Amino acid sequence: MSGLSLRAERVTLGYGGRPAVRGLDLDVAAGELLVVLGPSGCGKSTLLRAFAGLLPAMSGRVLADGEPITGPSADRALMFQDDALLPWRTARRNVELALALRRVPRGRRRAEAERWLARVGLGDDAGRLPRELSGGMRQRVQLARTLAAGPRAILMDEPFGALDAQTRASMQRLLLDVLADAPATVVFVTHDVDEALLLGHRVVVLGRDRPAGVAAEFDGAASRDELLAALGAGDPVKDDALKDDALKDDALKGEPLKGEPLKGDVLKEAV
Amino acid sequence: MNRLHRWPVRVASLLAALAVWHLVTAADLRFWVRFDRFPGPVDVVTEFGRQVEQGRYWQDIAQSLVRILTGFVLAAVLGVALGVATARSRWAGDVLQPLFEVARPIPAIALVPVAILLFPANEQGIVFITFAAAFFPVLVSTRHAVKALPVVWEDAVRTLGGGRWGVLLRVVLPGVLPGVFGGLSIGMGVAWICVISAEMISGDFGVGYRTWQAYTIVDYPGVLVGMATIGLLGWFTSASVELAGRRLTRWLPREGERT
Ligand SMILES: Nc1ncnc2c1ncn2[C@@H]1O[C@H](COP(=O)(O)OP(=O)(O)O)[C@@H](O)[C@H]1O
Ligand SMILES: [Mg+2]
Repeated sequence: MSGLSLRAERVTLGYGGRPAVRGLDLDVAAGELLVVLGPSGCGKSTLLRAFAGLLPAMSGRVLADGEPITGPSADRALMFQDDALLPWRTARRNVELALALRRVPRGRRRAEAERWLARVGLGDDAGRLPRELSGGMRQRVQLARTLAAGPRAILMDEPFGALDAQTRASMQRLLLDVLADAPATVVFVTHDVDEALLLGHRVVVLGRDRPAGVAAEFDGAASRDELLAALGAGDPVKDDALKDDALKDDALKGEPLKGEPLKGDVLKEAV
Repeated sequence: MNRLHRWPVRVASLLAALAVWHLVTAADLRFWVRFDRFPGPVDVVTEFGRQVEQGRYWQDIAQSLVRILTGFVLAAVLGVALGVATARSRWAGDVLQPLFEVARPIPAIALVPVAILLFPANEQGIVFITFAAAFFPVLVSTRHAVKALPVVWEDAVRTLGGGRWGVLLRVVLPGVLPGVFGGLSIGMGVAWICVISAEMISGDFGVGYRTWQAYTIVDYPGVLVGMATIGLLGWFTSASVELAGRRLTRWLPREGERT
């Protein structure tokens, strides 16, 4: 099975009649890994919810393989930003949930769930309840559950935010490994510029202006400075807006460091 | 203080209460409240010992238990089912919710005349009243629990391919259990109040009937034995509900590890 293509056509999304994303045009080719970058509150999660079929468009269209998206489907798995594990199920049973809904025969679920947990480094924690796991471990269980669903499009909402640098790198590697085995389209939301450079075939920066649209788009050869510039561009109150943002850290880290822009492609090969 | 050290205090408190009871009845104390005809603990224990040797005592208990458990189980099943239905389906909510709102303020025991009119046998009337008493606490707490479910659990199951029934089975029913058990505990309490009252009013056996019977023949130790029996049964059934609730909701954060 190959990846789904996703498409947003002049789409406006929002809650209770108030738009959060306005008139967005976005194409995600089948099998592409698109990174969506943007400050918090700009509508990244909202966009993923629309692709997942959880949020109907206020206007415009959202399409998967050319067909309008009318509701959720196991084809398009969403890895939530919030803690979305069922707290009464152990890590293993949470992963089994994805298998059960895919109608994997009962007898094969346990072994397969344990295999996925082992791949995210939680082989020994299969029997533990979510409340007995740390935030980063819960994120990895959710990653295992999302991948176990065998989706054709994986929608990931800041999936590695709670992980330490080392675990984060190994999860990024795992994601790329899984994609090599079972090609899927990925929309990967992050506010981490380095992660964007590392993973993305293409990076889209959602605008800081509220409600947001695409502010800038880069193919695989974007540089760190270009992305940082795009994140800050067109923003009259840049410093204030950055104040309570996780972006601020990245921006500060980046500025004094790099003279030579790093190429995304180079990094990808290094992984 | 650790658990072990607290037990002597608890036992001492009970013993002290018994001792005070014994003293005021033995001294035939009268100061506005009158203890001169009130049976003391020794009378009650003697009467208790006499009664537990009779088959009738156990038959009464069995009878009351059958009534309360029938009413309670019906209330639990229907309360959860209709609570979920009215919370999740607009149609069911519109049809049923007004009826419930009108019926809910009526104390179940006020339904005795209705029960006598409606049901051919006394027995069914008493079960009906018990059911009515336990039903509303379960219904209301289930409704609230459904409305309070985090949306992200449902969204997660839907994006993994779960449909309406998948969500109901895998998210709603397990997720509302803590709230449901709150309602079941309250329901069990009011069910006892109502089954005993109904037995006193219209029963011809059962613990409530026997207690009232003892009163009408001026058998005061018998009254107190009846009351103690009701207390013990109530405590036993409530503890069973608590225990079942704790077993089924082990996944909740425990005291001291809340985040
Ligand atoms: N459930 C909701 N109800 C109302 N407004 C919401 C809801 N979720 C998000 N929003 C609003 O929509 C905007 C975009 O939010 P979101 O997509 O979560 O941003 P991001 O993921 O980029 O941080 C914000 O202004 C936020 O306040
Ligand atoms: Mg978000």
